Amino acid sequence: MTEPIIDILQRELVPAGGEASRSHGMLVLMVPPDALLGVARRLAAEFAFDLFLDVTAVDWPQRTPRFDVVYHFYSTRHRMRVRLKTCVPEAEPVVDSLVPLYGSAHFMERECHDMYGIVFRGNADLRPILLYEGFQGHPLRKDYRKDHEQPLVPYRG
Amino acid sequence: MSRNTIPIRTAHAPSAAFDYISTKKDEFVGWARKFSLFPYPFVTACCAMEFMAVSSTPYDTDRFGAALPRFSPRQSDLLMVVGTVTHKQAPVLLKVYAQMCEPKWVMAFGACATSGGFYQNYAALAGIDKIIPVDVYVPGCPPRPETVIDAIMQLQDRIAHAHHPILTGSF
Repeated sequence: MTEPIIDILQRELVPAGGEASRSHGMLVLMVPPDALLGVARRLAAEFAFDLFLDVTAVDWPQRTPRFDVVYHFYSTRHRMRVRLKTCVPEAEPVVDSLVPLYGSAHFMERECHDMYGIVFRGNADLRPILLYEGFQGHPLRKDYRKDHEQPLVPYRG
Repeated sequence: MSRNTIPIRTAHAPSAAFDYISTKKDEFVGWARKFSLFPYPFVTACCAMEFMAVSSTPYDTDRFGAALPRFSPRQSDLLMVVGTVTHKQAPVLLKVYAQMCEPKWVMAFGACATSGGFYQNYAALAGIDKIIPVDVYVPGCPPRPETVIDAIMQLQDRIAHAHHPILTGSF
């Protein structure tokens, strides 16, 4: 019997300083920020993870480093998902862009930059995509007050 | 003269009633305007479903002369804001409102357009009356069609009893 692909991935892809776990049957890889691009490249090139589902972040205000950046990939050949997570500090929330691997990463990284202020090194265009020019701060960070409005139109008297 | 010829009445016979009526200018103009509302649907969110329901045949908003949406603000006089308006959209709404010719009225359709609804966050505008004047508010999430019809009738009453200052002088 051939070895399940998830076991192969777990054996092959955990880099130095990383760890692997399972969540609801899905492989979750914790990787250091500098190893992220390499792992993603192997997923795309060697293991047929051809669909980049999402990149988002998690804000842990009390924790150091403060942010998790979370990636989901899907393989239409193996019909399975893999989650990549990496931690970045508040002072330098920078990860490598996946635009060289997946064109769809472009817009998703822009959204993540809007909402959490994660900087994607190598994404040449991080203009606001859901927010608007001039918006101060990142609204999905926990320290963004929920009633803080930044109206574009002055309110009537 | 053949038997099939229809006699043509050549002279207008004087009749007893309705050759002329007298009324007030504001009442006459108000009566005309209240039955010729041309809505511009500024539809942004889930309330659109209810807008479609109220626009459909069973509710027959043509009874109120308000059935035909004009998709140009320059041809419409009732701005129906249907759904949540975000801060990012607010300049668009303001521009649409500014493009409408006087006289114009605004209906805030649903809880979000009225007050922001259950949204209180960075994105949502807490009621369109923060940026444009609103004539009639329709509560509900979403409103029932009967509520919308009630709002149209209230707006009609308001138009019927309003002063219509655009026609002055020689009229």
